[in-house]
Amino acid sequence: MDFSLNDVQLMLDDAVGKFVDNDYDFDARQKHTASDAGYSADVWKTFAELGWTAVPFSQADGGLDGGPVELMIMMQHFGRGLVVEPYLANIVLAGGVLRRVASDEQKTQWLQPIIAGELQATLAFVEPQSRYDIANIATVANPDGDAWVIDGTKGVVLNGGNAELLIVPARTGGKLADSSGITLFAVPAAADGVSVNAYPTVDGHQAAEIELQQVRVASDAVLGAVDHGYETLGAVVDEATLAVCAEAVGIMKTLTDKTVEYSKNRVQFGVPIGSFQALQHRMVDMLTACEQSYSLLLWATMANADGTDEATRAISAIKYQVGTAGQKVGQEAVQLHGGMGVTWELDVAHYFKRLTTIGQMFGNADWHLDKLAQ
Amino acid sequence: MHVTFTEEELAFQEEARNFFQNELPEDIRQKRSQGVPLERDDYIRFQKCLFEKGWAGYNWPVEYGGTGWTIVQKYIFATEMAAADAPDIIPFGLGMVGPIIYTYGTEEQKERFLPDILASNVWWCQGYSEPGSGSDLASLKTRADRSGDHYLLNGTKTWTTLGQHADWIFVLARTATDVARRQEGISFLLVDMKSPGVTVKPIITLDGAHEVNEIHFDNVEVPLDNLVGEEGKGWTYGKVLLQHERTGTAGVARTKYRLAKLKQQAATSVRGAEPLAADRNFMRKIAATEVELKALEFTELRTLAAVASGKAPGPESSILKFKGTELQQAVDALYLEAAGYYALPYVPDQYAFDFPQQERVGEGTETQASLRYFNFRKASIYGGSNEIQKNIVAKHVLGL
Repeated sequence: MDFSLNDVQLMLDDAVGKFVDNDYDFDARQKHTASDAGYSADVWKTFAELGWTAVPFSQADGGLDGGPVELMIMMQHFGRGLVVEPYLANIVLAGGVLRRVASDEQKTQWLQPIIAGELQATLAFVEPQSRYDIANIATVANPDGDAWVIDGTKGVVLNGGNAELLIVPARTGGKLADSSGITLFAVPAAADGVSVNAYPTVDGHQAAEIELQQVRVASDAVLGAVDHGYETLGAVVDEATLAVCAEAVGIMKTLTDKTVEYSKNRVQFGVPIGSFQALQHRMVDMLTACEQSYSLLLWATMANADGTDEATRAISAIKYQVGTAGQKVGQEAVQLHGGMGVTWELDVAHYFKRLTTIGQMFGNADWHLDKLAQ
Repeated sequence: MHVTFTEEELAFQEEARNFFQNELPEDIRQKRSQGVPLERDDYIRFQKCLFEKGWAGYNWPVEYGGTGWTIVQKYIFATEMAAADAPDIIPFGLGMVGPIIYTYGTEEQKERFLPDILASNVWWCQGYSEPGSGSDLASLKTRADRSGDHYLLNGTKTWTTLGQHADWIFVLARTATDVARRQEGISFLLVDMKSPGVTVKPIITLDGAHEVNEIHFDNVEVPLDNLVGEEGKGWTYGKVLLQHERTGTAGVARTKYRLAKLKQQAATSVRGAEPLAADRNFMRKIAATEVELKALEFTELRTLAAVASGKAPGPESSILKFKGTELQQAVDALYLEAAGYYALPYVPDQYAFDFPQQERVGEGTETQASLRYFNFRKASIYGGSNEIQKNIVAKHVLGL
């Protein structure tokens, strides 16, 4: 058991931390999110130049051999900075599938440009009816000679409006919620029969509803083995869950710091509101929520990195914690900022919104608590 | 960053597991599993087992006879001790006054007191709180006035845990009154309980148990040699102890064991048509408590790791006491809930070894659930109430 970061991890921590502190202020972030793409192509290029888009990939694939710990380090800073660039969709979700099961040819075609920051991608794992069950897939892929024909609807596809590559889980066998019979396909967003209805999300990110009608792809579009996509999907979603939890912990700490700072400066009744014991105890509760969440994040990240048999439970534990404690911290931050907390102008509101949407993704608190209670 | 144990740590885990399995006296093990209250001698025999193994100074540096363990070893030790359902180590000697003496005491005091603490030859208790000084400890009124080669000690200490068993007591007493701050002029004294003028009066707590006491000092002569550190600086040393009490009372390993046991009981004990584990609501509460407990376990490990690497403990250390006791109480409440109607019988004596089996009420130790639940309301009050802890965090960590 060892809580220390190695030299490479310390350097990454330092570099991403400095970027967020010095080069990614809230006003710039708001400009990025208000643009058509909803993120900054320049910032994305910088991420690629700094090697951050290469972090979780193997050296053989042109990556930096990072794992869950490196991802945790980066995502916490992205949370602190409220970064809107689509790291989760491109690198964690789409990249996560490709690095696990893509053939060398597929990697050359799809993964290399993603690492280079030249291709936008995503994993379309949600369907309107699926809620949090990733096996609940109604989209079907039927064989047609050497090719496959895909029909179905994907909902709330993160980065869906920007993605040029969609990784589409589709049913090639079994019933609606079976874990067997799921196959992963690499589908160009420009393919015939793909229609994308893109929209902004409440947290300043982007998503899309995507219709697939008689979309025809060749057999080389299959990622991994036919009918056996579920395990890959599960592993990638686990990793993404950890990633957003790390982001959430970064947000929670930031909100707590900002709230404490505000309470020292905001004067009412002739004194700083931070001198009121009722508020002090609530801020201590916020701090406690942050520290407890960070502890679970470390446990889950290390369990996942070490591949222990506790990993699945650990991920549910941190996601449950982020769902409950995150909601509490977000609501308290807004409440203690008073009227200012409910304005668009103040960054606190935007941290709160992102924390809220993270709670809704990859299984909410109740869903994970149910898994833990089984 | 790794969550797994090294080969050496795994070997130590094995050693600790074997030790508790083989060396914990069988009658004590039975008492623990059957809910029989432990007597003074039981605690001492258990602690002497630890001493003989060289593990009594689990928290002490090697030079004073301690283990000099790493934090991971301490963690494994606590986990295995709880998993074997061994008794709690009585903290006042080994956990509290021992470290104060080897840190602030004279060479003479170290030689005189430390070996007996380590070997559990002497039972210590703590004289901090007073009838008029609870959370506001600095308002204490017990006086120690110099008179020749000794102090004359007068006053009343209260909530003295297991003071009825104690040979010695460490006391915070006022040695000067003309001070700028109330925290000044307080001294840390070691007092022999056999001294003339010491009386111990039991306080019965809401569960009907005699665990705490009120201690009166009536012109008790305390040799000047029994002052630890500098006269008037006792508050500083006392605060260090409170800090220790706060981390020590997190009790994560014990709570974890109790929760795991409850979960097992819920799955196997069938009273009606189905086991309690079929109750989704109950199992969700257990799961939620497990999550918080796991978080606290890692919060404690982080704190210890920071201290071991020479850093000051971060903000996470301050939350250990209040979060740890909240979780103890949450688990006690779950036991109470599991007991259902059998939370009602008040039959504390029925767990004695010689109590006729056929007259026992309820299954296993379930009628103890309510007593424990009542008794442990103390946890969020002692060692500085949880509200005081939050004041401390607000002031010293958040800077409010």
